[in-house]
Amino acid sequence: MNVTTSALRRRRVRPVQPIAAILLVIVLLGVPFAMVIITAGKTQGEALTPNLSLPSSWHFIQNFARVFDEGRILPAFFGSILIMVPSVAIVLILGSMASWILARRKTRGVSFIYALAISGIVLPPAVVTIVLLLRQLGLAGTAIGMICVYAGMYMSTVIFFVTGFIRTIPPELEEAARIDGASPFRVFTRVILPLLSPTLATATILICLYIWNDVFYALFVVGGRLDTLPLNLYQVASSGLYLQNWNLIFAYIILMSLPLLITFVVLQRKIISGITSGAVK
Amino acid sequence: MSALSVVTSTARGPSWRRSRRGTQSHPLWFLVPALAILVVFFFVPTLFNFVYAFTDWSSFKSQINFAGADNFVQLLSNGSLLADLRITLVYAVLVALFQNLFGLILALVLERDTRVNRFARAAFFVPVVMSALAVGYIFQALLKPQGLLNGALSAISGQHVTTAWLGDTTWTIVVVAVIHAWKWMGLSMLIYLAGLKTISEDVIEAARIDGAGWWGTFRSIRWPLLAPAITFNVATALLGSMNGFDVVQATTQGGPGGTTELLNIFVFRTFGQGLFAQATTMSLMLFLMVAVLAFPVIRILRKREEVL
Repeated sequence: MNVTTSALRRRRVRPVQPIAAILLVIVLLGVPFAMVIITAGKTQGEALTPNLSLPSSWHFIQNFARVFDEGRILPAFFGSILIMVPSVAIVLILGSMASWILARRKTRGVSFIYALAISGIVLPPAVVTIVLLLRQLGLAGTAIGMICVYAGMYMSTVIFFVTGFIRTIPPELEEAARIDGASPFRVFTRVILPLLSPTLATATILICLYIWNDVFYALFVVGGRLDTLPLNLYQVASSGLYLQNWNLIFAYIILMSLPLLITFVVLQRKIISGITSGAVK
Repeated sequence: MSALSVVTSTARGPSWRRSRRGTQSHPLWFLVPALAILVVFFFVPTLFNFVYAFTDWSSFKSQINFAGADNFVQLLSNGSLLADLRITLVYAVLVALFQNLFGLILALVLERDTRVNRFARAAFFVPVVMSALAVGYIFQALLKPQGLLNGALSAISGQHVTTAWLGDTTWTIVVVAVIHAWKWMGLSMLIYLAGLKTISEDVIEAARIDGAGWWGTFRSIRWPLLAPAITFNVATALLGSMNGFDVVQATTQGGPGGTTELLNIFVFRTFGQGLFAQATTMSLMLFLMVAVLAFPVIRILRKREEVL
């Protein structure tokens, strides 16, 4: 009974639904992205008003070369890596350590600290006074200052994800190692940390996405001092005062999006299941 | 440390031995590095906000003096304080609305697990992975008066359409909210898809046998059971977009006539002009608005979940 009705339904739905899905993809995504790719292959004159008409001849190589040269995309790429990798490493390691204690200790003081620690998920960082603080610490305009700011901003996210996950791990697993005489540090690194890998993977993806694409905080902290991909895109786009050089802007956008896009395509399934598992409970 | 264990032993009674062992097996120093970073780079600047909003800190003076409520008075009297608060709130509500509408429609269309749908879901996640600044520039090009959208509308209507989508003092705020929603709709879609998956086929099959159509099963079964996904999506979209900057900076930079000037756009602009105290004051207003709205929003949405 069940099988026949659902089989019938499937046959009826089949021709309409895939067409609707493909149309949605073409109209909502295909058109903008086609415009970006076509315009990135045009000369500045042809790219004045970006559209879908093909260029008289393709100029991808010249435009990408100019982006490497004028947009300083290589220094920007390494600048972004230089800031993202340490920030993510710091929040993951220190955040997991704190989460273990916050999940296992059940005193009132600890739950107060937990509430305070996760408040940063919704509360916006104080972007102006953070610059003042960095000046006082001698870190203004430096990569270390930027890393510290990102670490402070995303620590809450890690603590929230990881504490929730550790609470679902039975304490007996630690107990066994502890009876064998393992120190807290060993229990954490040998028992807890390996179990955290799925949550840490999700947190890594989310935080990488935020830091890689952030321009707001970067403008305040390291704007004009360091190259990062979004900062240089902002410069490329703001430099043409009267006429925007869309061919260069879009060539830049293609190149800067590639690293995350390739990562996403390769790890698609893991990323999607990781992000959805945390949200709906 | 011993004081802490005394508190637990009196509160928990029988679990005294366990909590005492807890202090040795889960040492508090594990908390210290993470808390130090949080305090120094998150809470201290936030406290500074409450201090420097009441000073005359700027790039034009070598000293910082107490200035009372001067910044607030000035921002109130030139109208930017209330205008920017209102614009930010309108923007956040519109983004939450559109992002959830688009996300839910996509989830319902792409619900079944077919090859086409799996491809489409991945495709709609691409804007989520992209930089919001880049998305803003793409739409700035699309929405130019001679741009692609007007070209398409002209072709469909047979008339020459030259709407300035990003130059209208009333409707541009809606347009930029739609762009923001376009960037994030793939994330909402994924979360709605996960929510739809938790609903068992049997329940829907049973309703269908009872004669409920697609709309009937959606309204009476799937919509209520989507409540947790809605809570998450609405709360993150609403509170996240109050902190918005990139899309608006890339499309309108706050214009036309300041009608899309979010709080963060104001903060960035006045900071660039060297008016640090005014920027701090507006940053404090953003903090207060999010803080005041966050708890009721989350509580109302949670309560709705319980009722259903």
